[in-house]
Amino acid sequence: MIVLGRRTKGETPKEVEPRMVTIYFMGKAYQVPEGITIIKALEYIGYKLIRGVGCRGGFCGACTTFYRKKNDYRLYSGLACQTPVEDGMYLTQLPFVPAERRKYDINNVKPDVNTILSLYPEIARCVGCNACTKVCPQELPVMDAIQTILRGDLAKAAKMIFDCIACGACSMRCPAEIVHYNVFQLVRRLYGKYIAPKAKHLEKRVEEIENGNYEEQFKKLLSMSVDDWKVLAEKLQKGEDIVL
Amino acid sequence: MVEYPGYPPEFWDSIEKVEETREKRLKETFPKMPEAEREELVHKYHPDYKEGTKRPVRVGAYKGQLAPHEVVDLLEAHALINPNEIDLDDVDYDVDILIIGGGGAAASAALWANINGVPADRILMVTKLRFGDANTKMAQGGIQAADKEYDSPIYHFLDVLRGGHYTNDPELVKILVTEAPLIIKFLEDLGVMFDKEPDGTMIEVSGGGCSRYRMHSCGDYTGLEIMRVLMDEVLNREIPVLEFSPAVELITDDRGQVAGAVVMNLETGRYHVVRAKATVIATGGFGRLHIQGFQTTNHYGATMDGVVLAYRVGAQLRDMDSVQYHPTGAAWPPQLAGQLVTEKVRALGAQLVNIEGKQFVYQLEPRDVVSSAIIRECYDRKKGIRTITGWGVWLDSPMIEIIRGEGTIEKFLPAMLRQFKRYGIDIRKEPILVFPTLHYQNGGIVINKYTQVLDAKRKPIPNLFAAGECTGGVHGKNRLMGNSLLEITVFGRRAGIFTSKHIKKVSLGKLTLNHVVRWENMLKEAKIRTKRKAPIILPDYRGDVRYR
Repeated sequence: MIVLGRRTKGETPKEVEPRMVTIYFMGKAYQVPEGITIIKALEYIGYKLIRGVGCRGGFCGACTTFYRKKNDYRLYSGLACQTPVEDGMYLTQLPFVPAERRKYDINNVKPDVNTILSLYPEIARCVGCNACTKVCPQELPVMDAIQTILRGDLAKAAKMIFDCIACGACSMRCPAEIVHYNVFQLVRRLYGKYIAPKAKHLEKRVEEIENGNYEEQFKKLLSMSVDDWKVLAEKLQKGEDIVL
Repeated sequence: MVEYPGYPPEFWDSIEKVEETREKRLKETFPKMPEAEREELVHKYHPDYKEGTKRPVRVGAYKGQLAPHEVVDLLEAHALINPNEIDLDDVDYDVDILIIGGGGAAASAALWANINGVPADRILMVTKLRFGDANTKMAQGGIQAADKEYDSPIYHFLDVLRGGHYTNDPELVKILVTEAPLIIKFLEDLGVMFDKEPDGTMIEVSGGGCSRYRMHSCGDYTGLEIMRVLMDEVLNREIPVLEFSPAVELITDDRGQVAGAVVMNLETGRYHVVRAKATVIATGGFGRLHIQGFQTTNHYGATMDGVVLAYRVGAQLRDMDSVQYHPTGAAWPPQLAGQLVTEKVRALGAQLVNIEGKQFVYQLEPRDVVSSAIIRECYDRKKGIRTITGWGVWLDSPMIEIIRGEGTIEKFLPAMLRQFKRYGIDIRKEPILVFPTLHYQNGGIVINKYTQVLDAKRKPIPNLFAAGECTGGVHGKNRLMGNSLLEITVFGRRAGIFTSKHIKKVSLGKLTLNHVVRWENMLKEAKIRTKRKAPIILPDYRGDVRYR
């Protein structure tokens, strides 16, 4: 028996009326069922959302929410599609993150820190307060990534912040006024294009295709019947190679 | 944060059984199902074959064909706009190419039109949410391309057809597979961070229905990474994008050509007229129609708008009866119900097991086969786990850590790990409870290899193009994993290239909405009495807590 360890057992969900909690959306109190996500709660109280909603699965970063809780001075942030409501939550959704994005030509830049500093000089103003890291719903080391960029290690930084979904929470909290996600986008593309090694097998295959190497085989294949295709396809499934 | 407790105790007897059988199962591979058995299973259990869920369309090019009620409701609906209320002489945007949509197909079309010489300010993208808020971003698993020595576009071609039960358009499939490596190269050159070995070799895994390892990925954020790089490039090239401005109706001219679209600013409610020499529909699929009441993996705007628009100007459709249910949607916790559990979990080695910890299907059969097998295991054999929202079976994710080493999940499935951790479930240690979820529109608008939209006689509708999930043919009646990111980038590219040539030959006449008047008459003649209007633009969940 292989057990990899586990957490404590939870409680039995009861099929009773859900407990209602009070949330304050932009200052107004509403009763909503406990445990549903903020997005669902807003729809439950009657909003048909246009802004502040997107993929509803934690990938697009459209539903950034800031909130405070009862008897707690801290300002929290999260994705409304991933964060369940809590009793006494005061919240608002960001309809939009005002952000400056600098234009560049990916074919005409050097993959080093100077490129980034020339486009986004404000990253040098990072004071190391870590406010960005604290609000990241993806729990990324945002400030460390900025410092890593400043040290010139773009490869490391690109991997550190690969999971960024550009929700903008960090940029709204940054005292140095850095727009992190635009900086990170640039870093990732510089890494992907210039620093990561190229796939040689890909280049070879592209060349073969551009030379028309497969055209003859496709001509044969397209003139075959469905039954012929089936025989060939099942052969492939067994791991056999086929020659046309 | 509220601490979420993970799985409830009544699940644990079963989880222990999964753990008990794990060692034995690690040495086993469930046999692949023979062709005949696969067909029988799908016919008996796949939701597409459930009686009473479809009806024939009564109007338009697809008349007489069956489609789900939710789809027919929109195909037979009234136009959203009243033609008399729109002043077509007041043109707000006059461009060469209008691209409707904000996902990967739309962005690809915009980029390639620009690469092929159309100035950025002669292109306009319109999208209902933000640029990039699309299913593309949610595609986790990967993108297929036969680019290794052991593989061939020929093999890829046959796998796609087998997956689609040989109902695909072979000409489109040939394009898909032969242009796949070109697209991967293009994306690599743009700076997409593919998973690679230290020497640059792509790390490629298997996918359901694939005979060879050809799934390229970027962690489990493959779609996000591709989308944000395409977006970044569109923005660098300063191609204009109108956000929160969905197209609500196409515009035709007095010669019967498509000539742009009416878009609505969702915030002001005002209509705007876009005149264009070529119009590309790249609006994605219909997940948010919740066909048969299924939960969906799709983003908020997936409401089939583009199909509705194209249909009113005479576009033919195909395979609209065919819906892809992703076999592994989350079934627990209820907050995640219906959310995608990427196929990559299975590609990395996780098996599907029932309440007794027994395997009941090879985990990498094509999607419709796996979905059907899970439904049979639950509804028929009653060997699933009962939850407050329905049923589920176990996807034994801890196997991945055992087979491929500790840390594999964190490295290759960080999005999944994070999503479940929020609810107290550690997928490295505990299996995931899953059930099929509405995932993809297999069919759609009929196009030819130039992405031109075709009518009932297979003649191109002048100046109208389409690419991506809104189209049909590429996948036949079932799509394989990793071919949707490929489809949008391959056919988006083609739309960009061919529209850039096409616009040189176009001259437009006077703008009209005659087709809308004609459509209303057709509804009357077909005796269709309904108050429904389409496109619906966004689903309405007010007061409804069922769907995420």
